[in-house]
Amino acid sequence: MRFSGIWRETRARTAVVGEAWVVNGRNGDVRADSGQYLAGMLGRVRLMINAQGLARTFQTSNYSTVEAVRGIDLHVAEGELVAFLGPNGAGKSTTLRMLTTLLPPTSGTATVAGFDIASDPGEVRRCIGYVGQGDGAGHMQRVRDELITQGRCYGIGAAESRHRADELLEQLQLTEQANQKVMTLSGGQKRRLDVALGLVHRPGLLFLDEPSTGLDPQNRANLWSHILRLREETGMTIFLTTHYLDEADAMAERVMVMDRGEVIADDTADGLKADLAARSDLAQPTLDDVFLDLTGRSLRDSFMPAVAAAA
Amino acid sequence: MHFTRPKPFLFDPSESLTMSTTTVSTATATRAEHSPLAWTPQPTGFIHDVLTVAIRELRPLIREPFTLVFGMMQPLFFLGLFGPLLVRTSGLGEAATLQWFVPGIIVMSVLFGTSTTGANLLQDITTGAHERMLVTPLSRSSLVVGRALKEIVPVIGQAVIIVAVSTPFGFEPHAASLLGIVLLAVFGVGLGALSYALAMVAGDNPYVFWMVQQSVLFPLLLLSGMLLPLDDAPGWMTVLADLNPLTYLVDAERALFAGNAGADALYGAIASAVMAGIGLGVAVKGINKEAR
Repeated sequence: MRFSGIWRETRARTAVVGEAWVVNGRNGDVRADSGQYLAGMLGRVRLMINAQGLARTFQTSNYSTVEAVRGIDLHVAEGELVAFLGPNGAGKSTTLRMLTTLLPPTSGTATVAGFDIASDPGEVRRCIGYVGQGDGAGHMQRVRDELITQGRCYGIGAAESRHRADELLEQLQLTEQANQKVMTLSGGQKRRLDVALGLVHRPGLLFLDEPSTGLDPQNRANLWSHILRLREETGMTIFLTTHYLDEADAMAERVMVMDRGEVIADDTADGLKADLAARSDLAQPTLDDVFLDLTGRSLRDSFMPAVAAAA
Repeated sequence: MHFTRPKPFLFDPSESLTMSTTTVSTATATRAEHSPLAWTPQPTGFIHDVLTVAIRELRPLIREPFTLVFGMMQPLFFLGLFGPLLVRTSGLGEAATLQWFVPGIIVMSVLFGTSTTGANLLQDITTGAHERMLVTPLSRSSLVVGRALKEIVPVIGQAVIIVAVSTPFGFEPHAASLLGIVLLAVFGVGLGALSYALAMVAGDNPYVFWMVQQSVLFPLLLLSGMLLPLDDAPGWMTVLADLNPLTYLVDAERALFAGNAGADALYGAIASAVMAGIGLGVAVKGINKEAR
């Protein structure tokens, strides 16, 4: 297993200031009960996601259950861009749904943006942005109307919501489509609108669930240039799932790989590749090679329909 | 494809540092502390949430009011194609027959409109828009209450159109008709809420929604005496009609549109209130069960 990423970086930082970093056992095993701040991080790095033993089991019939997520620990620091990878059915979306309060965990705890997902879901929702796999905007709605409504959902005043809608339309190159019905937009335009909807309230943490799936290379590149530019401007934390490993390799500062409900690797893309190179014949492995090495080559669709139905 | 690697999230050791000696800070999280927003989002309150949802649902209708007419095609067909037959068979004359028939048609427009309104939610569930709304801070119950309350507008709009279309042919609305429209709105909120509850149960299976909706719609319609009087109906049918809340609404509408605010109107008001209570209760319970 590979675990380092922010933790390895953290050690480097603490070394600079000569502070002992309180870490127990393997990298990533932080003694963090409430998870508001990471030990030894001088109060500068806050954990935007801190999950301990998060698990979710689905009842698929009267006699069988599926453990979609098996007691995982997740730690994402403020400002990080973390790619959450895994084959179909690995438990990525279930994890995301728990962290965004769409699904209660069967066991375990998690704080998101400092708030407990079980006891304070409303505060969590106020602080996060979410771009799901589907189209987030109502098909019968007008583009600008949906953005204004989204602002109102977060308690932003009507005038400010209109201003923010226009700002995002411009930033995401949707001004010309402002008065169109959502159903008339192209796939790329719909996805940009989804991102805009997730950003209306300027969240500190943005969840992206396979944001570029189904887009052509031009639209993917365009979408990512927008997301990264907005991130550069706001410094928001991004936690994303994707099946496009080139995206994760190029953009994420940390890559987490999940399989069969467990996190099996957590490192930078370069770290994961270097690790594989050291223990294989591959001179320059790609993230695809790492992914297949970690998760194997067997197809993983078998229990997905049951989980989807139960969810 | 070319991607630009973003600026890495790195700590700048040249910045002044303040050591923390505790293992983990257990500082209480506050919204202001964690939110890097330009403004601090505040709890919005139930009424604000309900209005936000209702306005969102009404926007397509406001943008394209003509869709209101599409939603009442069946009632208008019945009015135009069934009404003349009824005039002939009743032997009461056009005005008297319309006075009996039009209130039923108005109820029919409410029935068709509000029972199918869950299809909007169904589409939002299928596309992902409903999920997106669930991740906003809106209270869960406001998501269905707001949608249900929105039904008041098309119900009133359709009633006004049908009255306007029928009046030149001898239909004569009275002042008490306004109370009739209020009852229609209350009943429509309840039926609309039930339609949303059905959509939540159906989820990704639209055929379940339509199968149940159609299976319930037509028995309710035929057993309400909306199209034909049930005075000579067999006993078992009369019993079923008495159990049908729509029967009381139809009778109340006929009384109120004729200017009689008597016992029929009271029973209709009770039926409407019960329908609204049950509908909203079931829908709110459904969405709270669906997601916290």
